[in-house]
Amino acid sequence: MRRDIFQAIADPTRRAIIALIAIQAMTPNAIAEHFDTTRQAISKHLRILTECELVEQKHQGREIYYQLEIDKMKEIDKWLEQFRQIWETRFQQLDELLSIIKKT
Amino acid sequence: MKHNLYFDFIADKQKNTLTIKREFLAGRQLVWDCYTKNELLDRWFAPKPLTTRTKSMDFSEGGHWHYAMVEPNGTEYWGYTEYVKIKPIDYYTSLDAFSNADGEINKDLPRAEWLVTFTDKGENALVETVVTYKSLSDLEAVIQMGMEQGMLATLEKLDELLVILKK
Repeated sequence: MRRDIFQAIADPTRRAIIALIAIQAMTPNAIAEHFDTTRQAISKHLRILTECELVEQKHQGREIYYQLEIDKMKEIDKWLEQFRQIWETRFQQLDELLSIIKKT
Repeated sequence: MKHNLYFDFIADKQKNTLTIKREFLAGRQLVWDCYTKNELLDRWFAPKPLTTRTKSMDFSEGGHWHYAMVEPNGTEYWGYTEYVKIKPIDYYTSLDAFSNADGEINKDLPRAEWLVTFTDKGENALVETVVTYKSLSDLEAVIQMGMEQGMLATLEKLDELLVILKK
C-alpha cells in the first residue's frame, strides 16, 4: 500500500522518532528506551515510517539500524515553499492594485 | 520605492493549518474591499501569469464566489468559495472548493476552511489568513495538483524572467 509523508509525520510519536534518529542511526531497542510505550508500538511506527520511505533500515551484523532519509524531509519543505511562492506573487499583485486605487 | 512589508508564512503540520500574515500599504477598508468585491478580486487573486475571472459573486453569509483562474492559453481552473460568517471590516470565514464552469463542486478534491482577519497596523492594514485542511494529505493533494497543472513551474519561470528584466 502507498503511504504518504504527511501521514508519517501526523503522529507525535513518529515525529519524536524522526527527531531522535535525525542525530544518529539507532536500533529499535535503543529507540524504544526513549518512549513510555511498548516495543511493539515502536516497531509499528518504524514500519509506517519505512513504508513512507522516510527512514531506511541498515543491517550491521545481527542488528538493524534505522536512519533518516533526509531527501524525503526536504520534499515536504519544497512543497510548502512552492505554496508560499503563490501567496507572495498574489500579494505583490494586491500591492500594485492598492497603489493604483490610492492614486485615483 | 522599496517597502519592508511584514510577511509571515507558517505551516503547522500538527494542526493542518497554513497561517499567512501580510501587511499592506493601505487602510483596512480599502484592503477589505480588495478581498470582498469581485471587480477588485479579479485584478489580483490569481498568481501571474494566470488571470481571475468572476462568473458570479454574492458576498454575504451563505453567499458565494464562483470564479475561474485562466491561463494565457485559455485553460480554466474553476473555484467555488462559500461565505460562512462575515463581520465587516474585521473578518470573514469561508469554505473553498474546486468546481466546474457550472459551479458544481468537485467532491473528490479537498476543501479548506479560511479565516481572514483584518487589523490596523499604524496607517497600514494587516491581513491574517488561516487556511485549515482536514488533513495534511489534503494539503499535499492541493499542492501536487498545482504542480501537475504547471502553475508552480510557470511561477518559477516568471521569477527567473523578473531577475533578468530587473538587471
